[in-house]
Amino acid sequence: MQFMLLFSRQGKLRLQKWYVPLSDKEKKKITRELVQTVLARKPKMCSFLEWRDLKIVYKRYASLYFCCAIEDQDNELITLEIIHRYVELLDKYFGSVCELDIIFNFEKAYFILDEFLLGGEVQETSKKNVLKAIEQADLLQEVSYLFSSLGTSMFCSCWGSLSHHSYSFRNYSEACLACSVHPFAVY
Amino acid sequence: MSDIVEKTLTALPGLFLQNQPGGGPAAAKASFSSRLGSLVRGITALTSKHEEEKLIQQELSSLKATVSAPTTTLKMMKECMVRLIYCEMLGYDASFGYIHAIKLAQQGNLLEKRVGYLAVSLFLHESHELLLLLVNTVVKDLQSTNLVEVCMALTVVSQIFPREMIPAVLPLIEDKLQHSKEIIRRKAVLALYKFHLIAPNQVQHIHIKFRKALCDRDVGVMAASLHIYLRMIKENSSGYKDLTGSFVTILKQVVGGKLPVDFNYHILLQVLQKYILLLYLTMILTISAIFIFLSLAILFECVHTVYSIYPKSELLEKAAKCIGKFVLSPKINLKYLGLKALTYVIQQDPTLALQHQMTIIECLDHPDPIIKRETLELLYRITNAQNVTVIVQKMLEYLHQSKEEYVIVNLVGKIADVLVLNTVDTYAPDNAWFIQTMNAVFSVGGDVMHPDIPNNFLRLLAEGFDDETEDQQLRLYAVQSYLTLLDMENVFYPQRFLQVMSWVLGEYSYLLDKETPAEVIAKLYKLLMNDSVSSETKTWLIAAVTKLTPQAHSFDTVERLIHEFTISLDTCMRQHAFELKHLHENVELMKSLLPVDRSCEDLVVDASLSFLDGFVAEGLSQGAAPYKPHHQRQEEKLSQEKVLNFEPYGLSFSSSGFTGRQSPAGISLGSDISGNSAETGLKETNSLKLEGIKKLWGKEGYLPKKESKTGDESGALPVPQESIMENVDQAITKKDQSQVLTQSKEEKEKQLLASSLFVGLGSESTVNLLGKADTVSHKFRRKSKVKEAKSGETTSTHNMTCSSFSSLSNVAYEDDYYLNTLHDRGDKELKTFSLNSELLDSESLTELPLVEKFSNCSLSTPSLFADNSMEIFHPPQSTAASVAKESSLASSFLEETTEYIHSNAMEICNNETISVSSYKIWKDDCLLMVWSVTNKSGLELKSANLEIFPAENFKVTEQPGCCLPVMEAESTKSFQYSVQIEKPFTEEILSGFISYHMMDAHSAQLEFSVNLSLLDFIRPLKISSEDFGKLWLSFANDVKQNVKMSESQAALPFALKTLQQKLRLHIIEIIGNEGLLACQLLPSIPCLLHCRVYADVLALWFRSSCSTLPDYLLYQCQKVMEGS
Repeated sequence: MQFMLLFSRQGKLRLQKWYVPLSDKEKKKITRELVQTVLARKPKMCSFLEWRDLKIVYKRYASLYFCCAIEDQDNELITLEIIHRYVELLDKYFGSVCELDIIFNFEKAYFILDEFLLGGEVQETSKKNVLKAIEQADLLQEVSYLFSSLGTSMFCSCWGSLSHHSYSFRNYSEACLACSVHPFAVY
Repeated sequence: MSDIVEKTLTALPGLFLQNQPGGGPAAAKASFSSRLGSLVRGITALTSKHEEEKLIQQELSSLKATVSAPTTTLKMMKECMVRLIYCEMLGYDASFGYIHAIKLAQQGNLLEKRVGYLAVSLFLHESHELLLLLVNTVVKDLQSTNLVEVCMALTVVSQIFPREMIPAVLPLIEDKLQHSKEIIRRKAVLALYKFHLIAPNQVQHIHIKFRKALCDRDVGVMAASLHIYLRMIKENSSGYKDLTGSFVTILKQVVGGKLPVDFNYHILLQVLQKYILLLYLTMILTISAIFIFLSLAILFECVHTVYSIYPKSELLEKAAKCIGKFVLSPKINLKYLGLKALTYVIQQDPTLALQHQMTIIECLDHPDPIIKRETLELLYRITNAQNVTVIVQKMLEYLHQSKEEYVIVNLVGKIADVLVLNTVDTYAPDNAWFIQTMNAVFSVGGDVMHPDIPNNFLRLLAEGFDDETEDQQLRLYAVQSYLTLLDMENVFYPQRFLQVMSWVLGEYSYLLDKETPAEVIAKLYKLLMNDSVSSETKTWLIAAVTKLTPQAHSFDTVERLIHEFTISLDTCMRQHAFELKHLHENVELMKSLLPVDRSCEDLVVDASLSFLDGFVAEGLSQGAAPYKPHHQRQEEKLSQEKVLNFEPYGLSFSSSGFTGRQSPAGISLGSDISGNSAETGLKETNSLKLEGIKKLWGKEGYLPKKESKTGDESGALPVPQESIMENVDQAITKKDQSQVLTQSKEEKEKQLLASSLFVGLGSESTVNLLGKADTVSHKFRRKSKVKEAKSGETTSTHNMTCSSFSSLSNVAYEDDYYLNTLHDRGDKELKTFSLNSELLDSESLTELPLVEKFSNCSLSTPSLFADNSMEIFHPPQSTAASVAKESSLASSFLEETTEYIHSNAMEICNNETISVSSYKIWKDDCLLMVWSVTNKSGLELKSANLEIFPAENFKVTEQPGCCLPVMEAESTKSFQYSVQIEKPFTEEILSGFISYHMMDAHSAQLEFSVNLSLLDFIRPLKISSEDFGKLWLSFANDVKQNVKMSESQAALPFALKTLQQKLRLHIIEIIGNEGLLACQLLPSIPCLLHCRVYADVLALWFRSSCSTLPDYLLYQCQKVMEGS
């Protein structure tokens, strides 16, 4: 995949991810042209475009257009499926996603995209795994934030047994050695 | 214990999200989102672009101040970054923040680092110099013990990383290939893939590790490594032959359902494309679809593969079927891909186009320009001498509509390709058409077209064909048409077109008898004085004038022109004007220099200029220095500068082909003339592209090249067709004219178009019937029969219907042939017709789009067959049989399941083909879900398959017989699944889908869902009071609750009865106002209930070994008590 663009029906760009090095000027030009062409198309028309030497695959979800550029030998249907899966991921993550979710939390949308596609290739096909990775990263952020602000060390939920209640988790991703419980279970 | 953990884990993000607006740790987040929010809101509130610009500039300057202030904390920096990303996305320059993004990635804690990395990957590109500053951070994070940091670093590496710094991180990433977490391994593989893309040499030594990744136990890692292999195999396909075995194993696992059907599956296929694996491809082509889109994508790749490998008839047949599926699909996306596939295969198998001609015609008038374009592309591939007019006309129509430059270039190239480049066998039917089409092409395509096109066109004109008079006519026509074009006022032609015109006028104006050369020159002069003409075109024009001058008798214009341009500021023009002036002084010389109609003959130029020898000798004898070539002078100059030559070899200059005397002026004169006239003779033809590849490989393998281009594709159609065609012919002659007219006009037009487009593709017999059998040897003399038919006045109506009908039955015949239908082909004549009629009759039942086309003629066909005394089949009418089915369905499941309690059947979903109803059977050991699927349609359904989506709280096991290879028409089949509960819950939805294949068309799927409640899994637990006492003490989890009862049910027995009936609790004993009850949650989690009644309050006390079950049960009890 060469790039992915998300834009609204009004032509406002909501997300852009470029997998090929291009200058800002070119990016802007491409974006403008593509948004125009795609918006001009009627809903019953097919989701594929041949544009310059690229193939454009786009799909509209509510007020948002998801638009991907792929190379000649890539498969259009797969790309359509990729778009759909990305939308599903967003939907699962935000809980029936709408355009506003993406506008206000666009960095989250980027994080999800990065877990799903890497360097223009599909990285992980399982929705569960992608969401798990995102959730994990989100949790770690929050937990590390909490602890850095509270200034306490973390204890495992098995703190009741005295033998290892002083075990502190410097490494957040590790589980408690004694009871193999993940540290966040405290909450 | 573990479910508590899980529960809390899943609850946690929700917790945080809820807390956001509140105080405490989430306050920062709230303020951040509100600040971005206010920015976003501010922008949406604005109306004009100008205001937006102002607001953003304001925002940017405040951001700039904030990020560079030393007091800014990382936390604030993070939110600044987010706003910067937003501004950048809107198209404003935020480059001052780039360095801060890198800083944030470097210094921040996890949260800030994440945003920092994101900002870096969005802001910078691979070769940005600031990226070097990131390398250290990446290296540090790669070594971190924190998984998330490593993940972030790997993610950023696989997106952007400076090429020269790869060695710094390569060993670290290599280590990660052995990491215990699969997510890290996967990301590492992708990072290496990225490295392979940007610097293949650097990762060469770890190819062996890629092999390990290919055999990784995790599917994700394996799939990631396929990316690398796809790339490497594309570069060097022979080097990885030994891996074929592994690929096949993976493929087998996927097909066998051992691995999840996956996106990357198609990559695997592409990998395999390089090797011939017929066996497995056959397998894949027949697999039934689960993920509909996905499998179609895979199918498409397969078809691609089949046609790109060594052909095998059986495979080709299957691929053709698949293409049919695509083309006939009502979904526009699939149709597009079908057309694409057709385009791809059409050269190998033109009969496929015949099968789908009606669809193609439809697509030609499709409102979507993309579909139209694809169709034109397809038509372009099947262009031949007979259908060229129609196809080119369609192309030109499209050309006039489109505005996109890329499209125009492409299409113009194609038209010209059909007409000109292919000089050996141009398809143009006659002169006028040819020239007019070319005019249209030039005026639309204009300056964006490929420069080869005008060159080739001119060469075609100049070299001509075999017949000299024909050529002269062509040229004459060209000249005449150009003169009329030039006569028009206020029309601007593209420069290229003007150049072509001026060349043609310069060369061939002598053919005119009406207008004198002087008049032509006058016209050219007018053009020359036009400001809108570019200087390049002016040189062409002046060259044309020069050529015409010797033929002219009056020189007024020429003299005016010379006068005008000898003072031109353009040196080139001035030079031309001077040349013309000098030549003009010596008309005899001019005549011999510029002979009439000699553009194809090579001018012999004496490059050594030997005729000047005398002049040179004279000069030398008068003491002039001998001429030294340029390189000699250079050498001398150098040797003068250096006294000692310290270098081992002197500087060497390549000596040019020209030696000795050479005058630049002479060369330029010669090349100017030849550049305008004779250069085309040297051109290499591009026609190779179109020939040769036409039909080398066919169904039977290699086909020896045949002589005739049009008859080439015959033989693919079966022989009996001819006789059928004759039959149709006879039948039609017997028919009334009025019946013919029942066909709607539109249909007729379409069919006419079809017959004109696909002419020449089928066998000779088709052509015969269409009345176009006369194959003329000379391409230019051939009159377009298509045109005649189209005008309609000259040919009789009968003739028209004949042609349309023959094409029609041709399609129909092809269709059954292709569908491989019910009967064997013993008595072909009769059978084909009966099949035809069946197809026509059953058009209301089947959804075949192709069949719809025949709806108009279905009125007339019966009489047609009656004339030939043939039997007409009437397919069973199976429209409204679903009511009867419903009842039979009910009875069928009652029989087998009487011993258990079950719910009533409920229809959960249906469509026109099937309906699904479900019911529950509460067996002692499990819940049995039964879905009965009724096939309402009159057709057989293939590979009906019921699939249940995995749900986290259940374990669903399918009972045998859940995939039916065939489901007969109007039958009911049931699928049984036993459901086990894994974790207590109140109510959950179990959903799934049923997929099936219609006999010949697309596959479809239908989703459904069923509600399951906890009560479905509760069974009475029959124990004694003693056991109850023992168990009661052993259970730790208890829940107590008082429930208020209404007056009517105040008595304990009544309340217990309700519980027994509704919740399936077992009443063990009733002692006074206390009651003991027990139940179990399947498979075997007991729960005990102790009830006591006082006044109108029922005190419930649950105990169980499971911590959550009492809660859920209590809830159910409350519901029941309140509800009753």
